[in-house]
Amino acid sequence: MSMVEVQPSTPAGMTMAPPPRRRILPGWAIFALGIVAVVLVLATTSYLTGEPALTSSSTMQNTVTLGLPILLCGLGGIWAERSGMINIGLEGMMILGTWGAAFGGLHGGPWLAVLLGAVFGALGGVLHAIATVTYGVNHIVSGVAINLLGAGVAKYLSTLIFEPLSDNPRDSPPIERFDTFSAGGFSDWLGDLESQQRVVISDVAGLTRGLVTRVSPMLIIAILLVIATYFVLWHSRFGLRLRSCGENPIAAESLGVNVYLHKYLAVIASGALAGVGGAALVLGSSPSIYSEGQTANRGFIGLAAMIFGNWRPGGTLAGAGLFGYADGLRLSSGPETVHALLYAAVITAGALVIWQLFRRKWTTAALAAVGAVVVYALYYATDELPTEFLPYTPHIITLVVLALAAQRLRPPAADGVPYRRGEGD
Amino acid sequence: MTDTDVDPATTSDTPAVPAVALAGITKRFPGVVANSDVHLSVRVGEVHALCGENGAGKSTLMKILYGMQPPDEGTIEVDGKQVRFKSPSDAIRAGIGMVHQHFMLADNLTVLENVVLGAEGMYGIGKRARARIRDLAGAVGLDLDPSTLVERLGVADRQRVEILKVLYRGAKIVILDEPTAVLVPQEVDELFDTLRTMRADGYTFLFISHKLDEVRAIADSITVIRRGTTVGTVDPKTVTSRQLAEMMVGSELPSPETRTSTVTDKEILRVDGLTLRTPDGRPLLDSLDLVVHSGEVLGIAGVEGNGQTELVETIMGIRKAAGGKVLLDGRDLTKAGTLARREAGIGYIPEDRTRHGLLLTQPLWANRILGYQTRRPTSRGAFLDVAGARKDTRRIVEEFDVRTPGIEVAAASLSGGNQQKLVIGRELSGEPVLLIASHPTRGVDVGAQAAIWDHIRNARAAGLAVLLVSADLDELIGLSDSIKVMLRGKFVADAEPSSVTPEDLGCAMTGAGVVDDSGLLVTDQTADGGTP
Amino acid sequence: MNARLRSSLLAPALAILFSALLCAVALLASGANPGSALKVMIGQVGEGQVAVDIVNSTAIYILAALAAAIGFQMNLLNIGIEGQYRVGALVAAIVGGALALPPMLHWLVIILVAAVAGAAWATLPAILKVTRGVHEVLSTIMMNAIAFGLAAYLIRRDNFGILIGNNVSTKPIPESGQVPGIDLGDRGTIFGLVFLSVVAAAVYGVVMNRTRFGFELKASGLSPTAAAAGGVNAKRMIVVSLLVSGAIAGLVGLPEILGRDHAYTLNFATGYGFAGIGIALLGRNHPVGIAFGSLLWAFLDKSKVALDNVGVPREIATIMQGAIVLSVVVSYEIVKRVELAAEQRKVGQAMGTATEPAGSSS
Repeated sequence: MSMVEVQPSTPAGMTMAPPPRRRILPGWAIFALGIVAVVLVLATTSYLTGEPALTSSSTMQNTVTLGLPILLCGLGGIWAERSGMINIGLEGMMILGTWGAAFGGLHGGPWLAVLLGAVFGALGGVLHAIATVTYGVNHIVSGVAINLLGAGVAKYLSTLIFEPLSDNPRDSPPIERFDTFSAGGFSDWLGDLESQQRVVISDVAGLTRGLVTRVSPMLIIAILLVIATYFVLWHSRFGLRLRSCGENPIAAESLGVNVYLHKYLAVIASGALAGVGGAALVLGSSPSIYSEGQTANRGFIGLAAMIFGNWRPGGTLAGAGLFGYADGLRLSSGPETVHALLYAAVITAGALVIWQLFRRKWTTAALAAVGAVVVYALYYATDELPTEFLPYTPHIITLVVLALAAQRLRPPAADGVPYRRGEGD
Repeated sequence: MTDTDVDPATTSDTPAVPAVALAGITKRFPGVVANSDVHLSVRVGEVHALCGENGAGKSTLMKILYGMQPPDEGTIEVDGKQVRFKSPSDAIRAGIGMVHQHFMLADNLTVLENVVLGAEGMYGIGKRARARIRDLAGAVGLDLDPSTLVERLGVADRQRVEILKVLYRGAKIVILDEPTAVLVPQEVDELFDTLRTMRADGYTFLFISHKLDEVRAIADSITVIRRGTTVGTVDPKTVTSRQLAEMMVGSELPSPETRTSTVTDKEILRVDGLTLRTPDGRPLLDSLDLVVHSGEVLGIAGVEGNGQTELVETIMGIRKAAGGKVLLDGRDLTKAGTLARREAGIGYIPEDRTRHGLLLTQPLWANRILGYQTRRPTSRGAFLDVAGARKDTRRIVEEFDVRTPGIEVAAASLSGGNQQKLVIGRELSGEPVLLIASHPTRGVDVGAQAAIWDHIRNARAAGLAVLLVSADLDELIGLSDSIKVMLRGKFVADAEPSSVTPEDLGCAMTGAGVVDDSGLLVTDQTADGGTP
Repeated sequence: MNARLRSSLLAPALAILFSALLCAVALLASGANPGSALKVMIGQVGEGQVAVDIVNSTAIYILAALAAAIGFQMNLLNIGIEGQYRVGALVAAIVGGALALPPMLHWLVIILVAAVAGAAWATLPAILKVTRGVHEVLSTIMMNAIAFGLAAYLIRRDNFGILIGNNVSTKPIPESGQVPGIDLGDRGTIFGLVFLSVVAAAVYGVVMNRTRFGFELKASGLSPTAAAAGGVNAKRMIVVSLLVSGAIAGLVGLPEILGRDHAYTLNFATGYGFAGIGIALLGRNHPVGIAFGSLLWAFLDKSKVALDNVGVPREIATIMQGAIVLSVVVSYEIVKRVELAAEQRKVGQAMGTATEPAGSSS
C-alpha cells in the first residue's frame, strides 16, 4: 500500500500502448514558469488587498527558515520512498535530530550541531530499516513506533543531559548559531525598491531581498542537498539501482542488485536528512534551542511536500516553499495577512477555472469555480481567520494539496510493498 | 516412454561441445521433489524447446540453470566447462541470459535504465551505453529512443527490451520462459523471425513452452519433462503434436468428452450488449451478447488478454459495465452488486484462486464463509454460524476429496489442486443456477483435474448452466456444448465442439478463422493433429 | 488450540521481555538501579489511589485501542484517534453542559454525541481515501493538528468556554449528566464508564468473530480482491470502518469527563491515540489481548510518578512503550514466518503431496 493510490494502467495483454504524455517543456522551464506565476498571484493579491506583508522580505526570510526543515524532511522522504520504503518515522528521526543538534551545538558549535543532528537522525533510520527491511514489518507501523521512540528517547536524554544545564527538562540551553551572510549593497537597494511600494517591482524586490539577506549556511547546505539528491538519484549508478528497488525490486534482484543493501542505505540517508532538518529547526529557532515538541508534525508536512513534488527534488522544493510560506506569513505579520491568502486562493482558483475551460474539462472547471466562490465568500464574510487556527495553516493547506493532487501523481511503483529476497517468479 | 536421441538435421557443422549440458540435476523442496535426475543437452546455435505440463519442473530447472537456485545434485556444463552458479550474476558471466515469462521491467524507468540496471559497469550509464544499445537494438528488431519510458511500450516491444537486456550483458545462450504466452499471432511470428535471424548469428536459445504447435514451428529439438524428470529429446519433424502431448502427460490423455446433451430451452444467463471501457474510453468489452441455458456449458475460447477476465468480472459485478444488461433467469441484475448476484444464484470459480477465491491465512472453514456470509448454512441473519460452516466444510472436504489434515489449517497450506477443489465445492454448495468457471483446472494436477471435470459434468446434468473460460482447448472442446471465440473484446466466431479441433479454434482465436453467414466457424476437416 | 494460544502469547511475551531488558540497560546507563526501579513500580500499586487510577486508565486505553483495532482489521491506520477523541470530548462536554435532561437519558445523549462527533472528525479522511486515494495516515495526522486548533477556538471565552478559577473550561455538566462511579473511599473512585469499556470490548469481540459485518471487515483487510469477489463492497467497508473507529475514539475522553472532571478543560489529556495504536498492535486486535495490553500500558503510565520519586527519569516508561510497539511487530513477523514454514512442512509430509513452495510456479 503506497502513500497515494494511482489509477491502474491498461490491463496486460491489450496490446495498445497507453497514450503518450506530452512534455512540452523541460523540467527547469516549468519550474521557472511556476515561480513567475506564483509571484504574479502574490503581487496581485498584495495590491488588491493592500497587504504588503505578503511579499515582504521578512516574510520571505521566515519562509526560508520555516521551510528548510520541511524541505529536508521532504528530501529524506524522497530517498526512502524512491527505494520503496515508506518512512512515516521522519518525525521521530527529526526529533532525534533536534536533540543531537542541540547536543552537538553545545559542544562544538553549529557545524557539529548539523553533523550530530544527521547522525542521530540516521540512528532512527537504522532502526526503521532493521524492522522493515530485515523483518518485513509494515512500514507505517514501524514508522509510528519510531515516532513514539524518538520522542521518548529525546525526552529521556533531555532530562538526563539538558536539565542540569538549563534547569528545564523540556529545553536545552541555546546553542551557537551560524554566522549569516548578506549581499550588502544589493540588499539595501532591494530594500529601497521594496519600500517604494510599486506594483510587482516592489513585490519581486521584497521576495528577492528575503533570499539574499541574513542568509544562513543552512540554506546553502539545503540547496546543495537538493541538487545532490537529483544528481545522485537520477544520474548515477547507485541512484539507478536505488530507484529500481522502488520500482520493481524483483526485477532488480534478478539483475543482481542487492536490494536489501540499497534499501538500508536509502532509509539511513532518509533519517540523516530528517536529522539535518532537525538541526535546521534548532538553528533557526529563536532562541536556538532544542525544545520538546518543537517539530510540531513538520516531518509529516515534509512528506506532504514530497507528494506535492511528485517524489522529485525540484517539486519538493516548491512544496516546502509553499508550506514554509504559509507558516512564515503567520509569523511575520498576523491574522489579517493570512486572511489575504484566501484572496490569493480565489485568484488561483479563477486561473484554474480558465485553464480547465481551455482544455475543455467542464466538470473540473465547474468544481474549481465552486471552490473559488466558496473561498471568496469565506474571505468576504470574515475579517480575519480565528487565531487559534493559524498555527495549523500548513496542515490545512496540506490537506487541500493532498486532496487535489492525488490524481496526477506517480509514486514509485513498489512503494511500501514488502519485499523478501527470493520471492521472484 | 521412448528415449529418442535424434541426429541433428542441421546443415551447419556439428560442434562436439554442446552449448549447455545439464546432467543428473536433482532439486528438492520441503515435501516435494521438483527435479529428479534431469539430463539436457543443447547444441550451439539451435533453438531447443523444453516442454512439460504445469508443475513438471521446467521453471525450477531453468532457475537452476540461471543461478537463481542451486541444484542438490548434478552438474552444469557451459561450452564444455563445468560451472557452479551461486547467483544470476555468475550465470550472466558464463554467457547465459534469461527472459522471464513475467517481464522484469520497471515501468517508470526508461528503456536505457532498464537495460543497464545491474550492468552499469559494462558501458556506464551514459553515452557509451546508449550507443551499445542502439547497436544491439537492430538485432532484436527494436526501433525506438532508449529514453522512452517502458510504460509506453506494448507487450511485444517490452519482450524485445527483455531480450536486449540479455544481449547487452553478453549472453550467447538465451533462455525464453513461455515467451508467447502474452503475444498475439503476428507478434509470435515476428518473434520467431527474430529468433531465426539471431540463431543464424550464433545465438543459442532454450525455449520453454507448453504450446506444442508453436514449439514445433520454431524448435530444432524438443526435450520433454514430466514430473521432474526428462522423458526424452525428439526432432520436431518426426513427431506429431499428439505424440508430444502424450510424452508430456504420460498415459492416455484424460478426455473430458461429454456425450449426451443435457441442454434445455430454459435461459438462465442472458447478456445483452455488454460494454466495458477503460478510463480512456477504449472498449474492453464491445457490446457482447450471449445466452446460456440450463444444462448447458458455454465455453469461451480466446488468447489471454482479449477480454475474458473482464467479461467474467463484469458478469459477477466486480467491474461496472458501461452499458448493456445482465439477466439471470429473467431477473435484471445489471445494477446489482456482487453479493446480490451471488445470492441470486451465481457461483464463481475465479481464475486466480489465491487472489480472488481464498483468504490464504484463514482456516478452511473461514474460507467456506467467503461469498456466503449472508446465507445458510454459514450464517444466520447478521450473525455467522461457525458450527454450520465447520460442518459444511467437512462435507465439502469429503465429497470433493480435498486432501487436508483438517479444516483448521490455513488455506495456504493446501496444494493448488486441493485449494481448487475446495473452491469448487464451496461454489457448488450454494445450489447455484449458474456457475462461472474461469480456468478451473489451471495449476491443478491431473488427478484433481479429472475429478473437477466430473463435478462440472454432474452439475450440468442436474440442470446447472455453466460459463466456462479456459485456455486449455482440449478442456474447452471436451466439456462445452457450444463455444464462442473472443478476440479483442468481441465475439468473432461460434464453434461446434463436436466437430472443431484445437487447431481450428487456435486460428479463430488469433484472428485467422473463417466464419460462415451465421457466425459459425468453418472448420478444417483434417482429423490428424499434424502441422497445419 | 493450545498450540495456537501458546504461539499467540509468545510474540508479545518476547516483545515485553525485550523492551524490559532495553529499559534496564538504559537505566543502568543513567546510573539508576533497574531492580529497585522495578520494585518501586510494583510496590506503588498498593498505595493510595494508584490501583484505582490504573483501572480507570485501563478503561480509557481499552477504548482507544478498540478504535485503533477496528481500523487495523482493515489495514487502515487511524492515527487520527488523537483528534477524534478531542473533538468528541469537547463537543460532548459542550452539549452536556448546555442540556438539562433526566439522569440516564442525559448521559446517553452525551455518549451518543461524543461518538457522532468523533465519527464526524473521521469523515473527511474517509472520503478523501475512497475518492482521491489519499492515505489515511497523512490525512488523519493533519486532522489531529487541526483538532487542536478547533478545540482552542471553541473553548475561547467568547465561544463556549468559561473561566473557572485559573482554568478555562466548558460549562460544567450538571449532576444529571454525571455518571456515578464506585466509591472506594480513600482508594479513589472507579469511573462508572469503566463498564462501558468492558461492554465495548465484548461487543467488539462478538462483532468481529461472529457477525457478517466483522467477517467482511476482516476479509477486506486480509485480501481486498478475494473480498470483492466474495461480494464485499470495499469502498463502503473503508468508510464504515473509519467512521466506526472515529466513533469509538470519540468515547475515549468520556470516562474522565463524565466520571471526574464534568467538563472539558485546557488540561485535557493527550497521547491516548498513539497509545491506542500501540496497544492494539500488542494485543493483536484481540479483545482479551487489548485488555491486558491496556492494563500494562496503564501500569507503565502510573509508574512514571513513582519513578520520579526515586530519581529515575520517568521517560523510561515512555521509551518502554515505544520499544514494545516496535519489538512486538518484529517478533510477530518472526513468529509468523517460523509458524507458516512449519505448518507447510507438516501438511506436505502428512499428505505426501506436492506442496508448491512459495515463489516457484510451473
